Amino acid sequence: MNARLRWRKLVSGFMLAMTGVCALIAVSVLFFILGYLVYNGGTSINWDFFTKLPTPVGESGGGMANAIVGTAKLLSLAVLIGVPIGFFGAIYLAEFSGSTMAFIVRYAADLLNGVPSIVIGIFAYTLLVLPFKHFSTFAGGFALGLMMIPITLRSTEEFLRSVPRSLREGSMALGASKWTTIMRVIVPAAYRGILTAVLLALARVAGETAPLLFTAFSNRFWSHGWNEPIASLPVMIFTYAIAPYEDWHHQAWAAGLVLLGLILMVNIVARVILSRGVSVPRS
Amino acid sequence: MATSSINVPSASPVEGSRSFLSKLKNGDEIARLVTFLFAASVVFITIILVFELWTGSALPRHKFGLQFFVTRVWDPIAEEFGALPFIYGTLVTSLVSLFIAVPLGIGAAIFLAELAPQKISDTLQFFIDLLAAVPSVIYGLLGVFIVIPLMRNWVQPFLKSTLGFLPIFSGPAYGVGFLTAGIVMAIMVIPYIISVSREVLLAVPRDQREAALALGSTHWESTWKVVVPFARTGIMGSIFLALARALGETMAVTMVIGNTPTISSSLFSPGYSIAAVIANEFTEATGDLYLQALIELGLVLFLLTFILNGVARLLILATARRGGGTAHA
Amino acid sequence: MKRFSVLAVLAAALAGVVLAQGSLLINGAGATFPYPIYSKWFDEFHKANGSQINYQSVGSGAGIKQVTEGTVDFGASDGPMNDEQLKAYRTKNGVGILHFPMVLGAAVPTYNVPGLSAPLNFTPDALAGIFLGRISKWNDPAIANANKGVNLPANDIVVIHRSDGSGTTYIWTDYLSKVSVDWKDKVSKGTSVNWPVGLGGKGNEGVTGLIKQTPNAIGYVELIYAAQNKIPFGAVKNSAGAFVKADLASVSEAAASASKTMPDDFRVSITNAPGKNAYPISSFTWLLIPEKFKDTAKRDTLKSFVKWAITDGQSFAETLSYAKLPKEVVDKELQALNKVQ
Repeated sequence: MNARLRWRKLVSGFMLAMTGVCALIAVSVLFFILGYLVYNGGTSINWDFFTKLPTPVGESGGGMANAIVGTAKLLSLAVLIGVPIGFFGAIYLAEFSGSTMAFIVRYAADLLNGVPSIVIGIFAYTLLVLPFKHFSTFAGGFALGLMMIPITLRSTEEFLRSVPRSLREGSMALGASKWTTIMRVIVPAAYRGILTAVLLALARVAGETAPLLFTAFSNRFWSHGWNEPIASLPVMIFTYAIAPYEDWHHQAWAAGLVLLGLILMVNIVARVILSRGVSVPRS
Repeated sequence: MATSSINVPSASPVEGSRSFLSKLKNGDEIARLVTFLFAASVVFITIILVFELWTGSALPRHKFGLQFFVTRVWDPIAEEFGALPFIYGTLVTSLVSLFIAVPLGIGAAIFLAELAPQKISDTLQFFIDLLAAVPSVIYGLLGVFIVIPLMRNWVQPFLKSTLGFLPIFSGPAYGVGFLTAGIVMAIMVIPYIISVSREVLLAVPRDQREAALALGSTHWESTWKVVVPFARTGIMGSIFLALARALGETMAVTMVIGNTPTISSSLFSPGYSIAAVIANEFTEATGDLYLQALIELGLVLFLLTFILNGVARLLILATARRGGGTAHA
Repeated sequence: MKRFSVLAVLAAALAGVVLAQGSLLINGAGATFPYPIYSKWFDEFHKANGSQINYQSVGSGAGIKQVTEGTVDFGASDGPMNDEQLKAYRTKNGVGILHFPMVLGAAVPTYNVPGLSAPLNFTPDALAGIFLGRISKWNDPAIANANKGVNLPANDIVVIHRSDGSGTTYIWTDYLSKVSVDWKDKVSKGTSVNWPVGLGGKGNEGVTGLIKQTPNAIGYVELIYAAQNKIPFGAVKNSAGAFVKADLASVSEAAASASKTMPDDFRVSITNAPGKNAYPISSFTWLLIPEKFKDTAKRDTLKSFVKWAITDGQSFAETLSYAKLPKEVVDKELQALNKVQ
């Protein structure tokens, strides 16, 4: 009996240690990725990278200034398109709608969330590139914005719902209209969660490449307005990584570091904001 | 939910004949309308998306019908298009990735849910959430410069020398191929398996665990034989979720899979996936049939992820309901 | 609430800053084959007069597609548009599209075979056999017989081809179709073919990258990609029986006879051309320019670019290993430019 018990305990200790190893592997991958990017990209990040345009093929030097600005423009557009729809749609779901409409909207949002980004790219191409006959920043921003909608919608709805009834009813009891209640009481109470949702959605689309391939295309020069093709960090990384030029590889690493750094920072900020908030549930 | 019972000032049935315009003067009605429009736009967009995919793939659907799914040939010149190599590639790489990610992911989730103290569990989960945020193209970057040479110079020759008699490890070691794509994908889906599995494991009621321990089981036995089975459906859900995510992966896959529409029993062989072929060939598909065949592939991918996501959600929901149940015998 | 007004102001400011219209931007897309010289040209042209011509090297197939859809202002391809594609363009846009040869280049067989003492010679049969998958080892007699004295390893050949629609593929398969009946039957020519074997790389860039990283690989890329990346490329047996390596002289010779009989639409194939030292896998590469432009500023800028590129711009070609256009062709083109309205 004793031997068998000892064996079982041994197995138990071993298996649990293995689970620890699994967790360690999973987490260390992250640091490995970061480490590699810092190592390879850190040396290639210089002032040129941030300020210069790409040079002709085969010539060294140049940078990704236009791609950095391009990513910023695309993300701004994505936020302008995706956040209002997600935010106000969530208000409708949480405050106004009946259960059938709510079900339909939530279902549609979940469906949209599951659409692979390449298919979103196809959609944006047929909708905004073909009819207008040019690739554009707008089409790219639209594709990214679409991807932000489901996350923003569902998370915002959850945070709005989690605001205690008492606040709602207290405000109504004081004679405030529903809209005033929403905008002045409920939303401010849930703003941390909502902000987090937006930031997480932003971080999610910041790294998307596939939808941009057929919408924003790319641009060697500065892009003006919203109707021209535009360079972006993810597309540049893709283009440079598969090419044979060493110089381009260095730039791809640098761009990868900048992009990942941006995304991780947004993620960390979002989660810190969330953790400071008290009674809102994690979704 | 909706506090319509408190919304006193609005029209009562007697005043139902009040005109729409005067209702509009009530700010809340405008608010309702405006937010309704935003919410409805989500539905609208989704409907148009599905519609575009359906109508945009009309030509090949009529020309090839169901044959599309079993044809191996992808020949733009002869205008013969078959989805089989891409479906095969997508499934094989996803399965390879799950083969690696599921044991690792569930193991890590068990550690986080059962063993680690709260603080460590939360911190590690934080890092794993960050891992989930790394974009596909960065994985592709690492895949090209690190994984491919590693595969070509170390892993594949090693596998060949030890397990080379197996058909799945036969053939030349290119570095790119199904196995490489599967490995890169595994890293990408582990975070999803870990976060969802951890949550469902944490939701298992304490009494299950404690009952097992009270009956004399070791820690591992109570976990593996009682807690995990209890959360089984939810864990399955996490796997389906991870699979759905893996299927749609584009950039990392196209950078390491070899981009050749081949069906081969060897994991070392280069291949192609649905998302990768769309990314590579969409902007250059001359001829309507070619372009629409790619859109049909997009439709197939959409349907696959749609079904998987649906199943995943049902499974996770089922576990949540179970977890909320009180002590059974 | 305050947060939203802040966001709104920021959005407006951003919009204002970037809405300021800059100078004219012309968009083009297509062949990766001439990308090194095109990017140099567009850069020089921009430095000279500020015009921005944004060229994306996405492959000839995409170039033809996008210019037909009208999503770019001009296209570029090393495989001329066939009659069907020309018809499709006309149906879609109501006018025709013109081909303008810009420079001469060569598709070379590049390889990564460890331990070689000399560049390899390839016969047409060897190349066809390799790409058909019939010749699978480097020391196969078909290759060895043309390379007496070279120590070829018994390794498996890794074939690398294009995964995207490519004019370089068109040139390569056009040549193989001419020299191998088997190839013509089984695969035939085109920008995107049903490859019997091999891995796919995206663009000339991707293929070069793959060859560089994969031992025992062989692929086909434009000369400058092999040269700039210092990977060895082989000589090919031409129709006169000599093993010729691609260089300025041999490519120019390949174009010599065709230039005298250049058709009005400039669509001509010069693979397997006659000539003692002609390189058999040479080709013109074309800009695809619509016959009619709505935007006159774009039209004029593009026309002056073409004019500059085929005359003064040719001086940049040779440093990048592209051969200059023959004089007769240039003269004919300058006249043809008037057709662009």
